[in-house]
Amino acid sequence: MNLLEMKNVKKSFGDLQVLRDISLEVGDGEIVSIIGPSGSGKSTLLRCATLLENMDAGMLKYEDEVVAKNDPDGKAVYADRKTIKKVKSAYGLVFQQFNLFPHWNVLRNVTDAVINVQKKSRAEAEKIGKELLDKMGLIDKAEYYPYQLSGGQQQRVAIARALALNPKVLFFDEPTSALDPELTGEVLKVIKSLKELHIAMVIVTHEMAFARDISDKVIFMADGVIVEQGSAEEVFNSENERMKLFLGRYKDIL
Amino acid sequence: MPISQIILELFEGLLVSVQIFAITLLFSLPLGLVVALGRMSKNSTISGITKVYISIMRGTPLMLQLFVVYYGPYYLFNIKLNPTYRNMAVYIGFVINYAAYFAEIYRSGIQSMPVGQYEAAEILGYNKVQTFFSIIMPQVIKRILPSVTNEVITLVKDTSLAFSISVMEMFTKAKALSSSQTSMTPLIVAGVFYYVFNFIVAYLMDKAEKKLDYYK
Ligand SMILES: Nc1ncnc2c1ncn2[C@@H]1O[C@H](COP(=O)(O)OP(=O)(O)OP(=O)(O)O)[C@@H](O)[C@H]1O
Ligand SMILES: [Mg+2]
Repeated sequence: MNLLEMKNVKKSFGDLQVLRDISLEVGDGEIVSIIGPSGSGKSTLLRCATLLENMDAGMLKYEDEVVAKNDPDGKAVYADRKTIKKVKSAYGLVFQQFNLFPHWNVLRNVTDAVINVQKKSRAEAEKIGKELLDKMGLIDKAEYYPYQLSGGQQQRVAIARALALNPKVLFFDEPTSALDPELTGEVLKVIKSLKELHIAMVIVTHEMAFARDISDKVIFMADGVIVEQGSAEEVFNSENERMKLFLGRYKDIL
Repeated sequence: MPISQIILELFEGLLVSVQIFAITLLFSLPLGLVVALGRMSKNSTISGITKVYISIMRGTPLMLQLFVVYYGPYYLFNIKLNPTYRNMAVYIGFVINYAAYFAEIYRSGIQSMPVGQYEAAEILGYNKVQTFFSIIMPQVIKRILPSVTNEVITLVKDTSLAFSISVMEMFTKAKALSSSQTSMTPLIVAGVFYYVFNFIVAYLMDKAEKKLDYYK
């Protein structure tokens, strides 16, 4: 069974049609990269998948829970609150701007939702939190506040925060775009190391070499449609003109 | 009248002023938050009413509002209230006036919060109440504390407006003593008391701000 399924998704902002008819599937433990030019709708797609944004039309399904599907008029209708609440526990999202909670220290950023959303005991949450911080190489920063950390460290805390809730699929929206090149490397390394956890990942990125190395599947989007998808090898060697034009800019790093 | 007597009488007045001050803060700070939420409500009736309320409270003199609260029940509805209503009228007048000012401060603080904080909370599964009270409000408080301090210091001085409906707070007493003794001394002593009162308030607010300096 697919973990995530989106079918014929459409989304407009006013007159601007941002997603024109997107369908994609993410299998258990699968790593999917989404690449494409700026403004092609990659973030909007992730925001629809994570329910930060409602799509106008289309189907959205996590495992066997249908979150939204079209009514006879072809408009997306969302499921009841209970279903949505259940589905929300299946995924996490790592933001470009980290969005850590600045008034909490690192450990609390990672553990608070485990305690107050998942209702686990503090002891259990701290065990989970410390293990993850250790994995992220940040155990000595547990008592620090986000402003005391570098961007790369903050992003690693954000990844730990998402993982602490034990999601089945983790979305990343340009996790390294706010970082200097040196810090980008450390975050990409951490994301690569998550492969062994066997959780599915959907990663929007402009890091082409990274996408090529890590992905089971690469999706190339342009102007609100999926132009090309397949294995990294297929997509990066595509003869599609748009694809070639887009990749041309990254020639020297690929 | 010896100066010690003047100080003693004014000190009694000061206690009344402090009481007005404390009760106003105690009720107007929470009420202001409720008003701010109403003002930001998606329901246009609620946001409309609170908008008008805030605009009247901020657009007319507090002294006039105190008169309306004190004399209103009699002139408008012919309700006779006994003179102890005086104190109650002062509390009501101050609370509804300051709640309006605090509401605008809360609102600007809440609206200055980056949307990413709400989105991160939503993704992590916090409900609306948890998000507001444990993630948004603590940060809002830090942001608005300097503006709140300004209002609180103004409030110390504004308590003297209670003299307009003859509540026996410090300024009312100072004015009465000054005319009966034909002397400036009571006014000067009252001035010193106000100054010290404010000095303590400013010190405490400063401590509170420092306490929230642990993060940026
Ligand atoms: N809330 C919104 N309101 C109006 N327009 C929006 C909104 N969000 C996105 N857009 C528009 O939709 C289009 C697609 O935006 P989106 O952020 O999904 O692109 P993207 O592929 O993520 O680009 P980038 O690589 O720059 O992050 C853009 O033209 C953007 O201006
Ligand atoms: Mg984007």
